[in-house]
Amino acid sequence: MARTIEEINDRIRKKKACVLTAEEIIPLVEEKGYEKATREVDVVTTGTFSPMCSSGAFLNFGHAKPRMKIQKAWLNGVAAYGGLAACDVYIGATEIPDNDPANKIHPGRFSYGGGHVIEDLIAGRELTLRAVSYGTDCYPRKELSTKIRLKDLNQAYLANPRNAYQNYNVAVNLSNRVIYTYLGILQPKLGNANYSSAGQLSPLMNDPYLRTIGIGTRIFLGGGIGYVFWEGTQHNPTAPRSDRGVPLEGAGTLALTGDMKGMSDRYIRGVSMLGYGVSLAVGIGVPIPIIDEEMMRFVSVRDEDLYAPVVDYSKAYPEREGGTVARVSYKELKSGTVTIKGKSIVTSSLSSYPMAVEIAETLKDWIEKGSFLLTEKVASLPDADSGQTFKPMRMESDDEVRA
Amino acid sequence: MTGTASKNIILHYPRKLIEQPVISNLIKEYDLTVNISRARIGQDEEGTMVIEVSGAGDNLKAGLQYLKEIGVTFKPISKIIKRIEERCTHCSACTVVCPSEALVIGERSSMEVQFIEDKCTGCGLCIPACPYKAMEMHE
Repeated sequence: MARTIEEINDRIRKKKACVLTAEEIIPLVEEKGYEKATREVDVVTTGTFSPMCSSGAFLNFGHAKPRMKIQKAWLNGVAAYGGLAACDVYIGATEIPDNDPANKIHPGRFSYGGGHVIEDLIAGRELTLRAVSYGTDCYPRKELSTKIRLKDLNQAYLANPRNAYQNYNVAVNLSNRVIYTYLGILQPKLGNANYSSAGQLSPLMNDPYLRTIGIGTRIFLGGGIGYVFWEGTQHNPTAPRSDRGVPLEGAGTLALTGDMKGMSDRYIRGVSMLGYGVSLAVGIGVPIPIIDEEMMRFVSVRDEDLYAPVVDYSKAYPEREGGTVARVSYKELKSGTVTIKGKSIVTSSLSSYPMAVEIAETLKDWIEKGSFLLTEKVASLPDADSGQTFKPMRMESDDEVRA
Repeated sequence: MTGTASKNIILHYPRKLIEQPVISNLIKEYDLTVNISRARIGQDEEGTMVIEVSGAGDNLKAGLQYLKEIGVTFKPISKIIKRIEERCTHCSACTVVCPSEALVIGERSSMEVQFIEDKCTGCGLCIPACPYKAMEMHE
């Protein structure tokens, strides 16, 4: 049994496609088996909603009068990168205001930053744009202060270099003091364990070898339409895998883009992480076409089949020592307690499972109504046979040791 | 004689009462147990104090009456912490810091975070812990 994406799209256009979420497919496969489920189901939708720090947006403001080649720009006091043509900037999710106290009084609150600027734009709020430059014959203006809204911009699109991580660390704290991390607050001596993945609903957990997801794949991004434009940064398809083919640690990633004018501030939100900084929570849904029985085997993966590495964020992670404390399943993580080193530890999640469900259901609804067609990937991302790894930074001190 | 009772309340002291031994009187005169979880004097020199007060039902009633008579106003603590529902994403970051299990995941199948107001002691730890600023204090 095999079907093409064009055949699936024909059924979507006729509003006859059978679509289930990656959660709903599990009991169906348990009841009917892979072969029958493959014959019945055309598409399985996935979803995830979590802070994803490697996110940002390109904005084009149009030209000021007189014209200005923006050199440095701030949106609501948050710096945007202006080293592009006259009125293009890139605002990054983790940028904080120049005068933010950061962690001077630890743990810092980080109440506003790049992620919040992006959320405010999508919510339709008015923002203050301030810019400075040196002035040229063709671009004489040297200073600018005005108010802008998303609808005033020519283009505003997310360009997120690394989203939708295929699996992720579970953070714990082996030290004697509370620590504040990008995976939340960690109580001392294994006081709690924080994870961040939608597990069985997560996009790349359901297509572990990226058979159907590649460059050009159309997706749900922030409540609107988005696309995969490249492999995500740190994409690591050669990470160790389980016998179901799913990576046992952070592995594949996606670079995503999409028009902010079609997005909603329900699915794109600024994030303030106590003692760490700001970020952007991104809602992503990826449709998986059931092209054959092998895809059905992949999308029916359950939380009990998925394992994450437990990493000490008091020393092993910050010192880049490597090594994991344990491996735990997402079923255990979602139960509320995991047992690590013989100790029962409470868990919490930075990723929202209810939002992931909502996104997978919304995408399912779009496909059922015939308003969202699937795409054939234009090119594949580096795969498990590519030999591509995630290298650490070259340190001069390492060279000295070798020499 | 009634059974024992307990209330989590937030007290508002007018300026004139700040130097009075109000809590001491609750303990000595009304035989109540008082557990103070937070106390401060604001810039306007009005004081607020979050307490759990417990004891025999009649004593508790009389103690609260005493507070009213001297001009201390109070309300249940469960009313001071609010969750802004549209900001909550049900991620569960708050559940780790909440010491009274007022913020918990109810059904593991849905993974939604419940806010059980009656269990809230008003400590406010959830406020900075929430990445989405969904928790607010309204004293």
